[in-house]
Amino acid sequence: MNTNPILLLISAAVLNGTPLLFGTIGEILAEKTGNLNLGVEGMMYMGGAMGLGGVFYYEKAVGAGANPVLAILIALLCAFLAGAIGAVIYSFVTITLRANQNVTGLALSIFGTGAGQFIGEYMRTREGGFVAISNSLKDVFQNSPFPASLQNLPVVGPLLFCYNIFVYIGLAMAILMALYLNKTRSGLHLRAVGESPATADAAGINVTRYKYLATIIGGGISAIGGMVYIMTIAGCVWNHEGLSGEGWLAVALVIFCIWRPMNAVWGSVLFGALMILYLRLQLPFIPDQLYKILPYVVTVVVLIITSMRNKKENQPPASLGLSYFREDR
Amino acid sequence: MNEQKTPLIRLAKRDDMDPKRVWAIRGASFLVAILIGAIIFMVMGHNPFSAYGTIINGALGKKTAIRQTVKNAIPLLGTALAIAPCFKMRFWNIGAEGQITAGAVAASYFALFWADKLPAPVLLVVMAVAAAIAGGLWGLIPAFFKAKWNTNETLFTLMMNYIIIGVVKWLQGGPWEGRPGSQIIPQFEKSACLPKVFGVHCGWIIVLVLTVLMYIYMSKTKQGYEIAVIGESLNTARYAGMNVGRIIMRTMFISGGISGLVGFVVASGADNTLHAGVAAGVGFTAITVAWLAQLNPFAMIGISGLLAVLQKGATTLQTRMEVPASISEIITGIFLFCMLGCEFFINYQMIFRHKENKEAKA
Repeated sequence: MNTNPILLLISAAVLNGTPLLFGTIGEILAEKTGNLNLGVEGMMYMGGAMGLGGVFYYEKAVGAGANPVLAILIALLCAFLAGAIGAVIYSFVTITLRANQNVTGLALSIFGTGAGQFIGEYMRTREGGFVAISNSLKDVFQNSPFPASLQNLPVVGPLLFCYNIFVYIGLAMAILMALYLNKTRSGLHLRAVGESPATADAAGINVTRYKYLATIIGGGISAIGGMVYIMTIAGCVWNHEGLSGEGWLAVALVIFCIWRPMNAVWGSVLFGALMILYLRLQLPFIPDQLYKILPYVVTVVVLIITSMRNKKENQPPASLGLSYFREDR
Repeated sequence: MNEQKTPLIRLAKRDDMDPKRVWAIRGASFLVAILIGAIIFMVMGHNPFSAYGTIINGALGKKTAIRQTVKNAIPLLGTALAIAPCFKMRFWNIGAEGQITAGAVAASYFALFWADKLPAPVLLVVMAVAAAIAGGLWGLIPAFFKAKWNTNETLFTLMMNYIIIGVVKWLQGGPWEGRPGSQIIPQFEKSACLPKVFGVHCGWIIVLVLTVLMYIYMSKTKQGYEIAVIGESLNTARYAGMNVGRIIMRTMFISGGISGLVGFVVASGADNTLHAGVAAGVGFTAITVAWLAQLNPFAMIGISGLLAVLQKGATTLQTRMEVPASISEIITGIFLFCMLGCEFFINYQMIFRHKENKEAKA
């Protein structure tokens, strides 16, 4: 096993950053069409509870012969659906009914955290006080999918091959998202919708469709982050604390990485590192609890610096937070 | 020919609607929310009537229950009042949570270290003033950067929440800890606790007075007018010679100050101590209260009361019917979605193709 403190720090940072990565990638997609969905926290809660529930009931149904690949797919699908449902409500209220995005997003956060807690608690009381999956399935979610020979390579092994499968899925997702947004025609249209919906509309792009699809798919991806948190960091059980603020950090991370999926990769690792730094790198003059607020302080500093520099390419999508009303031009 | 070209449903902005119809629509959307909630209860295998009955009975059935409900409503109403001027200005302050906590910290400082040096009434006044200033300053920081560099206030205020909550956690386990290892700040002296009036700490009087003051401030003063103009159009405000940056900072200081005062009321009146969960999500829920009330202070009394009933009732529901108390958040969420959505039918009218043709012929 590796004992190098720097390698340990990196792998812990990646582990803690992965839920954030999913949350951020999903939110980037939504925000690129101009939909500021502040409900990420809620969607991640729903995704966490539903993902855990899906795997739990799957294992309960098939017993010991649970298929690991299927279990992971079920977790991904359940979480995605949970987030998508939340995002559908948000989209309908903000896009079709044109309600204020900030307030609707907050409503979704309240609703989603409630729904997530509710599902989690409900399962717990119904299943006799405890919802947990078997150790063998837990390993599937928490251990590396690579063979031991690769994992045991010096330095490269722990650095590249020792993470749980969601790290690699998240990375692939980020790359795909970057390619989609920057290299495809559809991605260009999507960004156009976020910058200037009226112009996009005039150019024959279906604004409503882009906004709906991006927000719903983005919500689903964000919710997967909640599932990843519950299944890896929280140890496959529903605890009353839930996710406690992961979703809000993801919203902050979107800004931190200035709406670019590839920045989100290292950004999430950095945030993951900041979140656990107090465990690994103790400084005598800074108490733990103050250490823990570092990610938030860093976000504030980044916010201030980006706004002070005011560079054109670092700005949020121009129509972010605004409803589009075609007849209003 | 023409018929094929017009879409099935067209939308148009509505100028004015009969107030009766406005309230009919809002009432209908409220009923829809209740109905969706009923469906959830039915899916879970509970009788919706008895479930709602339990909620109302649990919140308003007994004197002690009513007191608890009022206690829940106080911070909601106070914070909604604080948020109103910011939102009127289109300054998306979602940092009330942090401003409440900052106020509570300042109040607690005096409660913990000055209780034996000052007489009770003076102590309470000092605590309140300190809380208002601390909350105001906590709100002023993002406002300053917004005014100066147009820094995104939504995320700035949000981050400020977690920073101050982290500070309280540190205080709890460090400098202000009571018994070593307990991670708990000691209870305040009696003189630092708000006195009770009709069985509930007198915070309810404070927020009711604030309601009237906020109404006057928003609709009868020059400053309130300036806020409204900035909210409507930033350029108009600039053109009229208003110092937008200064108004933003001033408004946020007032808003944060009121939130801070709420923090004092909660710490001194309800909790009698300081802990990291002092704001308990009120800062977020209050935003929806303010928005649903259309930023009208008097309407906020009703909405915050309604949500408080839901909260208190849901805890009763949990003990009596084993429904997790988080059902209150679900129903609150549904209620919010319906109320937010229904504004559409008030602001816009749908014109159906078919109907329009008939009108044209007539």
